Amino acid sequence: MKKTIITVVGKDTVGIIAKVCTYLADHGINILDISQTIVQGYFNMMMIVDTNHMDKKFGDMTEELAMLGESIGVVIKCQKEEIFDQMHRI
Amino acid sequence: MINTFEVEETNKMIEKENLDVRTITMGISLLDCIDADLGRLRENIYHKIYEAAKDLVETGNEISREYGIPIVNKRISVTPIALIGGAACKTVEDYASIAATLDQVAHEVGVNFLGGYSALVSKGMTAADELLIRSIPLALSTTERVCSSVNLGSSRTGINMDAVKLMGDIIKQTAAYTKEADSLGCAKLVVFCNAPDDNPFMAGAFHGVTEADKIINVGVSGPGVVKTALEKVRGESFEVLCETIKKTAFKVTRVGQLVAQEASKMLGVPFGIVDLSLAPTPAIGDSVADILCEIGLEYAGAPGTTAALALLNDHVKKGGVMASSFVGGLSGAFIPVSEDQGMIDAVTAGALTLEKLEAMTSVCSVGLDMIAVPGDTSASTLSGIIADEMAIGMVNNKTTAVRIIPVIGKDIGETVEFGGLLGYAPIMPVNKFSCEEFINRGGRIPAPIHSFKN
Repeated sequence: MKKTIITVVGKDTVGIIAKVCTYLADHGINILDISQTIVQGYFNMMMIVDTNHMDKKFGDMTEELAMLGESIGVVIKCQKEEIFDQMHRI
Repeated sequence: MINTFEVEETNKMIEKENLDVRTITMGISLLDCIDADLGRLRENIYHKIYEAAKDLVETGNEISREYGIPIVNKRISVTPIALIGGAACKTVEDYASIAATLDQVAHEVGVNFLGGYSALVSKGMTAADELLIRSIPLALSTTERVCSSVNLGSSRTGINMDAVKLMGDIIKQTAAYTKEADSLGCAKLVVFCNAPDDNPFMAGAFHGVTEADKIINVGVSGPGVVKTALEKVRGESFEVLCETIKKTAFKVTRVGQLVAQEASKMLGVPFGIVDLSLAPTPAIGDSVADILCEIGLEYAGAPGTTAALALLNDHVKKGGVMASSFVGGLSGAFIPVSEDQGMIDAVTAGALTLEKLEAMTSVCSVGLDMIAVPGDTSASTLSGIIADEMAIGMVNNKTTAVRIIPVIGKDIGETVEFGGLLGYAPIMPVNKFSCEEFINRGGRIPAPIHSFKN
């Protein structure tokens, strides 16, 4: 399974999760895990998603999610899981 | 499964601490391009490099997008041109025309540097080697992206002092040819002792004759990451300090290994090595000197600097070696002056001298790197500085290098601006006493004894 880590960081507002999840659902991306916290008004979310059946290229998804983030005032980053695996697992 | 803490740690390294992959360098053998006709030779070189590297930059960008890690430079190294042009080149202009071809193809595939305008003369020079060396000032002043290196000695063969003498003149000439641009040509010219065949870093990268047809080498960076990690262990013992450096180096190197494997897969070119170097840039927080300060020195250059650098260098290697399946290149801490804000500050404050830098090079990976000296420094003095550095490398079985810039028209107290990754540097004073008779002797220094190590 190809897993991708999506991180969303920014000022908390209504509907961040809804908008991100809608985008993912529309493009065939399955959410495997979500963890989310709010510290001093700052929204911090990490999602692990399965991009095997995604209907677009990785680069396009990254760009579109970044634009979506801009429109709601948060920063959205997508990174393949391997970079974290490599760094934190032997 | 990966947790939030780990994701945050990685992303903090990338966003706040300047963790990046410094370079993906594709090594390309040009041995099969050799032809006695200069026109055909240049054509062969152009096509071989273009075909091999046309996707290199885009592949680097794609990996960067997928993993969210910046890949700062994409570069090419080629077989030393002295070997490739030997049959076809009869004049220095002939050799320089190959440099023009290399520059053209570097522009077209979009790499920012191409290394390998080189000669390996650690024991003796062929007529072709000497011709290439004499063409370096012309080649570097008429091209933008070509880098040149010359290997002048090795632990097995000794030091070629004829070539050391010649290089003093060549560096002066290169400085004069590029005097309009603050002698920038010399920033693209480095001399080595024990030059590695698989170095991905410029200006000294070339593709050794022992290498495969094509290869991907990756250089990681991350002085900022090490510094931040060390901030958390202030006042702790050396044991804790060294463990922290090792663990951090491991993480940084793993990223390099991942990028190297991905690039190798996507380009269909075998993975060569990861170079474990801590490579600084002029950006704030991306400095090796700052790590030395964090270890406990007021400035780089203070007493204790050599010991601090020795332990840093050794533990970067100890941590990095397990993180990568193949380690090579220069591997260690780089201490260029102009490319490191902390080093610049140390020189300006009077804490760091040329002599202390020389001592530091005996325990770290490279050598006297990106050092600006007065433009009126004589060729024999430059040769003397080179000979000292070569001797350190030869006797200690390590790579050493000299990249020194006699800035024409400038003197101590002035500053020279190279721009971009090359940074800026205060002009450093040079010992005024002469070594001319020593340099003028001619011949070579025999290889050192490899036993009775004391």
